Amino acid sequence: MFESRSGLRLSASDSALRNSCKILEIVHKTLVLNTNLLKVFDMKLIKATAALSLLALAACGGNTIPDPEPDGTVYGSDSGSDVDTSGTGDDGMSGGGFIGDDSAGMSGELTNVIYFEFDSSEVSADSTDVVLRHAIQLAENQRLTVRLEGHADERGSREYNIGLGERRAQAVRQILLLQGATPAQISTVSFGEERPADFGSDESAYALNRRVVFTYTN
Amino acid sequence: MRKAFVLIASLFVSSTAIADLTVEITQGGVKQRPIAVVPFGWSGQGAEPPLDVASVIAADLKRSGRFDPMAEDGMLQKPTVGADLDFDDWSILKVEAVVIGRIEQTGANAYNVQFQLFDPFRREQLVGYRMPASKGTMRRVAHRLADMIYEELTGIKGVFATKVTYVTADRVGDDTTYRLVVADFDGENETVIMESTDPIMSPAWSPDSRRIAYVSFEDQRSSIFVQTLRSGNRIKVSSRPGINGAPSFSPDGRQLVITQGGVDGNLDIYILDLVSRQTRRLTDHRAIDTEGTWSPDGRYIYFTSDRSGGPQVYRVAVNGGTPERVTFEGSYNARPRLSPDGNKLAVVHNDRGNFRIAVMDLRSKDLLVLSAGAQDESPSFAPNSDTLIYATRQRRNGVLETVSADGLIRQRLASRQGDVREPVWSPFERF
Repeated sequence: MFESRSGLRLSASDSALRNSCKILEIVHKTLVLNTNLLKVFDMKLIKATAALSLLALAACGGNTIPDPEPDGTVYGSDSGSDVDTSGTGDDGMSGGGFIGDDSAGMSGELTNVIYFEFDSSEVSADSTDVVLRHAIQLAENQRLTVRLEGHADERGSREYNIGLGERRAQAVRQILLLQGATPAQISTVSFGEERPADFGSDESAYALNRRVVFTYTN
Repeated sequence: MRKAFVLIASLFVSSTAIADLTVEITQGGVKQRPIAVVPFGWSGQGAEPPLDVASVIAADLKRSGRFDPMAEDGMLQKPTVGADLDFDDWSILKVEAVVIGRIEQTGANAYNVQFQLFDPFRREQLVGYRMPASKGTMRRVAHRLADMIYEELTGIKGVFATKVTYVTADRVGDDTTYRLVVADFDGENETVIMESTDPIMSPAWSPDSRRIAYVSFEDQRSSIFVQTLRSGNRIKVSSRPGINGAPSFSPDGRQLVITQGGVDGNLDIYILDLVSRQTRRLTDHRAIDTEGTWSPDGRYIYFTSDRSGGPQVYRVAVNGGTPERVTFEGSYNARPRLSPDGNKLAVVHNDRGNFRIAVMDLRSKDLLVLSAGAQDESPSFAPNSDTLIYATRQRRNGVLETVSADGLIRQRLASRQGDVREPVWSPFERF
């Protein structure tokens, strides 16, 4: 399915086509997000629909997802050299590759950390872009393996926070799997509140601590 | 790949005092009864006995929050035998109880420690006892004597000879060193039993106080270990893909209730038999089910689940069945722990935005908030069911506090440095 993507690529110069692609992208993201939120639904049906929308999206070329780098090449293509493996196998705090600027996720550098709202494992629309780019990277290079490290802020009980961190890591994992990464490429671990990125005890620190870190292990 | 560094020290071999716990009382809601512990007499080699037993007893009684031991320089007499005791000298000081005693050396490293407890108003002895001791056991003997005095005067079993385990985290730059520590309840004899650069979590005592189960993240994944204190040997008992967490021993010590998440991260409660190593799934729900703990009668597992939306406490029969909800008050009740007498349930409770320790009376269902912090966690009952220990915050560091189950006496166990968390009170020592 993914191999056919380049073959289906169209020119996205036509503005009407670009708009329909944008709509497709939203449909697709909605499907992916709903898969996380409404887990009771028939997963096969959603997977099939999401795959279809992705296929259609792929036809739109690199102008939708993933966002192109300035020179127009698709990030995470077969060259494989774009993978940020700094600190691989490390504890995720040094290997996180934190990017403070919101716009950074839209530029060439692929961030290795995404953030979550309080008591939520919903992947935000902005973060979905990041996850999709990781997904494509993994789908296109099956030798890559990633460890998803889920974290929670310090409030509440520690083992329950382990559960919240795991739920976040799994939300990301489900998107990656839907987009063609294989189960063997992904492992998850939840550190709960045990490894904060910011040791403060205020809302800004909590916001930085509710996160999933992508750590490439191969 | 950074190599995880893990160090296991064995109890009784290595003893490293990292942050002795000292006690400060932050709130005393009850009258502290005036009492006198007279310095013990000494007969043996040297000018002084190996340990000031009277001071240890006085400190224990003061630590309970229920007694106010008088200073030595206010005493009108310092008898060491009952025949020398003048009841009038003590009743005029309005002292409600007087402890006297003496230490006799009977061999190179053999002593007898004896005490008597008197009521100066009724002019009678309440209890007296003599115990053999060595240099190494004398502090423990002093705690046992304090236990007897406390029980005689309050009707509640003393816990001065118990231990506590907890986790410390010391951060230097980007590196944090986690230590699993066992100490006497008064903070003495602090011993590191496991040390790692990766997180250590969720220690749990075996019912015989000889083993501790815990979660370690060495190798960047969670595993459950059971470590024997005396030898320092440990066994990895659960290391499935995904989460392995929240161990708690069965009352007979043969099983653990644990949380496993598996590849798909669906946290459920499992029973792990420590002999056969077989696991049996107890809950099966998409929600987070975790923090299982046994009821003292061995019939139920109480656990945290957010199947209703937010975390609440449920219980399920050990042999399986449909879980029933236990807590209803408030939006957040997690990390259940039952009092050893089976009457009360301690939880982490969201009290108007603050995470605090609360105790629910299982019969009346009344919930009583006991702590006053914003990030209080990990409640654990003393084996007498009368007091709880938990972690709170002092600026950025975790510190330990105790509170009586009625909420009237609360005190902070101040540590000199470091972040202290997840205290767990040992069972009564078995002789």
